[in-house]
Amino acid sequence: MSETVILAGNLRKRYGDIVALDGLDLDVRRGEVFGIVGPNGAGKTTTIDCIAGMRRRDSGELRTLGLDPSRDSRELHRRVGLQQQESELPERMRVGESIQLFSSLFGIDPPRMELLDRVGLGDKVNSFFAGLSGGQKRRLFVALSMVQDPELIMLDELTSGLDPRGRRDLWNLVEEVHGSGRTVLLSTHYMDEAQRLCDRVAIIHRGKVVAVDTPEALIREHCPGMRLRLGCGRDFDPVDALRLEGVLGAEMLDETCIMDLVDAGTVVPVIKALSDAGVSLGDLHTERPTLEDVFMVITGREYGDADE
Amino acid sequence: MRTSSLHRILRLGIMEFRLYLREPSAFFFTLIFPLLLMLLFGSIWGNQPFPEQSFGYIDYSTAAFIGIVMLTAGIMSLPISIASYREKGILRRFMATPLSPVSFLMAEMGAILVITTMGVVLLILTGMIMFDMHFLGNPLEAFIAFLLGCGAMAGLGFIPASLAPSARSGNVIANILYFPMLFLSGAALPQDMLPGALRTASQAFPLTHAIRLLRGIWLGGHLAEHPVEIAVLAGTLFAGAFFAARMFRWD
Repeated sequence: MSETVILAGNLRKRYGDIVALDGLDLDVRRGEVFGIVGPNGAGKTTTIDCIAGMRRRDSGELRTLGLDPSRDSRELHRRVGLQQQESELPERMRVGESIQLFSSLFGIDPPRMELLDRVGLGDKVNSFFAGLSGGQKRRLFVALSMVQDPELIMLDELTSGLDPRGRRDLWNLVEEVHGSGRTVLLSTHYMDEAQRLCDRVAIIHRGKVVAVDTPEALIREHCPGMRLRLGCGRDFDPVDALRLEGVLGAEMLDETCIMDLVDAGTVVPVIKALSDAGVSLGDLHTERPTLEDVFMVITGREYGDADE
Repeated sequence: MRTSSLHRILRLGIMEFRLYLREPSAFFFTLIFPLLLMLLFGSIWGNQPFPEQSFGYIDYSTAAFIGIVMLTAGIMSLPISIASYREKGILRRFMATPLSPVSFLMAEMGAILVITTMGVVLLILTGMIMFDMHFLGNPLEAFIAFLLGCGAMAGLGFIPASLAPSARSGNVIANILYFPMLFLSGAALPQDMLPGALRTASQAFPLTHAIRLLRGIWLGGHLAEHPVEIAVLAGTLFAGAFFAARMFRWD
């Protein structure tokens, strides 16, 4: 097993009466892209802030790159790149100047201006920070989190509020960074993002990790079912489908029968049985559950409600 | 290690100075406002030598105009800009780097010092061109007095700069410190015009001492003749720096 870069045990943090972290455990290994998913207010930002040495935990064990973030924060900041969720720069600082300044704060010379091209801001070198759109600011902060080429990069809410093009650019960047062997810890409330980028995902709910695994394994364990849409002809009676083994539900929509199956392995036997029974089959379409379904099953509530 | 933190301070200080020049309102209040006062009062009083003296109104008052530059830069610009950085989360961006609070404050102070120097150069050039200004003292001693005054003002500004959570609260605290000093320290009004009790109270303001020290040297005196002023100014600087080093908050 590869080396652990972040280890958290029973991490706790409160702000007054509000419990942000309620005994959180985490174990992130070198070279993986690890996702923290959960609704706003679940404790994602507090988790990242504690791990990055930006906030002191109240109690619990915590090691980041072998350091105690509360004690060795300065050394940690040298080695960890952090893109914070809410951050700004002086309005009249130019984009290129910000890369130069932060490079010099890390003692990096010459500054890595090519980072601007990699986040799609190559033509904005001379723009004032205040003149950037929200998405461009986000991308600039991602570039700034990488000026010292850190071994561990933490991205808090990587793509919230970005347009599809901006999201795709940042996804590509994360995949590039991952390919170069860096460890990435990212938080997101977009399940498709976590599913696409992350080797492993921790689902956080009310300050605790409620599930952690690869996206595939989480889906297999918590939402093994599969939805099958099959053209069966107008005269098909869905009750015939319900009689088959592994079919949990069936209903007709025009000529299509929509069936909920217990797992992916049921698809072929169901089709075969219907075919053998003489049903003339048309279009076939399967839908796999997503991490979002997993989240809803685990937390038992509508995911969208938690937003804002 | 030492050189890299000096390098950081220098680069950040230069950046902050450039940002300052891009901010027209701060520019006006620090650099142009004292100049306008000099032009206004100079055009009223001129710079004819006072009876039986070798200096006139402008020669006597330049220390006060310089005091206004120091005051505005140290007590207004410095804390308001740092508090607004804190409010916007810019300080948290700096926190996530190897920059220490002390290095950050030194960079800010360095930028303020350069801006104040620009203001002083503008005042002196205007005084020489428009009013035939005389300088009767020792330039090196005057420079040291100037540094002490700037340091004391910035040191005092460090206290609200370390804690104020927002530009608005920074502004309120800055105003509370600014206006009494502007009117009672002999900066905008001659202290002779003040009633006795206010004159006594004004001894509590570091700016009173900064102006008196600078004026003393400007008119031919020496640092050695002003131990109280030097002690007050150095004490203010150290107290403010000590406070800031202990209490500074990134967020």
